[in-house]
Amino acid sequence: MPAEVGVPTAAAEPVCVVQGLSRRFSSVVANDGVSVSIGPGEVFGVLGPNGAGKSTFVRQVMGLVRPDAGSIMLLGYDVVRRPEVASRVAAYLPQDDVAIGDLAPRRAVELTGRLRGMGRGEARAAAAALADELDLAETADRPIARLSGGQRRLASVATALVGDRRVLVLDEPTTGLDPAARRAVWSAIERRRAAGSTVILVTHNVLEAETVLDRVAVFERGRVIACDTPGRLKAAVSNDVRLDLVWRDEPPWDDPTVARLAEVSEQVGRRWSARLPTDVARAALGELTTGAALAALDDFTLATATLEDVYLALGGVAHDLERT
Amino acid sequence: MTAPPATGFGPAFAAVYAGQVSRARTARASLFFVATLQSLGLVLLLRGVVDDGRIAEKQHIVAGSVVLVVGFVALNLLAQRFGLLRAGGALDYYAALPVPPAAVVLGIAASYASFTLPGTAVVGVVGAALYGLPLVHLWVLIPAVAVSGAALAGLGAALGLLAPRPELATVCGQLGMTLVLFLGLVRAERMPGPIRLVRAVMPSSYAVDALAEAFARRPSFGAIAVDLAICAASAVATLTLATVAYRRAVAR
Repeated sequence: MPAEVGVPTAAAEPVCVVQGLSRRFSSVVANDGVSVSIGPGEVFGVLGPNGAGKSTFVRQVMGLVRPDAGSIMLLGYDVVRRPEVASRVAAYLPQDDVAIGDLAPRRAVELTGRLRGMGRGEARAAAAALADELDLAETADRPIARLSGGQRRLASVATALVGDRRVLVLDEPTTGLDPAARRAVWSAIERRRAAGSTVILVTHNVLEAETVLDRVAVFERGRVIACDTPGRLKAAVSNDVRLDLVWRDEPPWDDPTVARLAEVSEQVGRRWSARLPTDVARAALGELTTGAALAALDDFTLATATLEDVYLALGGVAHDLERT
Repeated sequence: MTAPPATGFGPAFAAVYAGQVSRARTARASLFFVATLQSLGLVLLLRGVVDDGRIAEKQHIVAGSVVLVVGFVALNLLAQRFGLLRAGGALDYYAALPVPPAAVVLGIAASYASFTLPGTAVVGVVGAALYGLPLVHLWVLIPAVAVSGAALAGLGAALGLLAPRPELATVCGQLGMTLVLFLGLVRAERMPGPIRLVRAVMPSSYAVDALAEAFARRPSFGAIAVDLAICAASAVATLTLATVAYRRAVAR
């Protein structure tokens, strides 16, 4: 059974309605009964770890992959029957930039605009405006392949934004970006939304999901395990907090609190992270900071639940969601 | 409900072509230089071998070397390019744009074919001068390069798009170029029967024959026209095949 589908709050017709979408690549199930409904002007997130089926989902929405089963209606057009229609109403940001790697960002944006039907002058003006908007002006005339990873991604984002499409399908737009560039992309997305565009944004970054998304579908092994606003999803696990510990050296294993935490935490090197009920976490931290274990602690934080906690609480098992 | 219109073939073709020209300036110039140098090396080396040879041999060496530039760029490099685009999922960039598939394939193929023109002109002029061939009908080089460029670019694109792995696309492209080389430099009459059959199905052979005829003292323009027409027909076939292969590769 697919997870319950969140419905846009506005009464307006949904922009994208996906029902029972399934796709398998030989023995691997990429999407399994995915159903979502995305409203106009929404920034809708597709969150999940690597391999959860996020990219396959958006590629089907863009008509780039034919589903084995299910339906996709995009602005009222049947994408399964007429895959080419998606490219006329939506812009897509793929994960790689090989096709435009030898071009300078300004040229790549201009040509993409022309391929979306803009006139030469119009496309040139749009490329200049996007270079300013995304702060690309300094690198706008150097081949994309010779830019840093973040600048390359920014150039690709610019190609997706040119042409003012009603729907933007962005597959991990901020991967590899520094914080300033990431904010520039988030602002650009917000401006498009304010102008009436609907955005479908794939991410495996929890901070991004909580910052820019109106609603988020959490993917796990090809299925949607939750779909709601980030706030409501977090409220579902609001009794839990995350306790993060960093040890200076070897943890004091003979300390009973440490031994107890060792059983419930994920451990990456000297970093421990545990999701615990608030009172349990508070008590554990009190014992650690007042006992002998404090000397071995390098750092500790107690934070409210994130979408990663939601993912784990819902049965997610992967640990490659980004937090920052 | 009527969907918004796609970008027309003409503007889409022009934008794809312009994009490839921009790419060539930054990334491909050195390879075009290598393509020209390879053919120049051939005409120089073979100069010693056929010094006292018949004029027909000389015509074919120069014509074959000219068409080899086309084979290197339009067949070999284009097969590699499409193999790379397909393997990396980069065809999604084009497939997610509202453009006719034929505009993408023809735009890229036409650009690669046209990149060969300067190199072929250099090899044609230098070759004719070295072998003492008349240059008066060198204008035939323009239609010969155009039709062989289109035919070999179609073949290169189809190989790159149909090869299951990019390494195989590279191997196919290089084998194709090797065929252009061996089948182009020697006259058909000097080849054994089965090889002559392979030569007959290779589009580049007709461009070589047309160009070789143009280097004659008194060329038969009827023969040139027939050869170019056959090459043009094979270009239609290979470009159609490439467009079908592209549609299949983008998996819609």
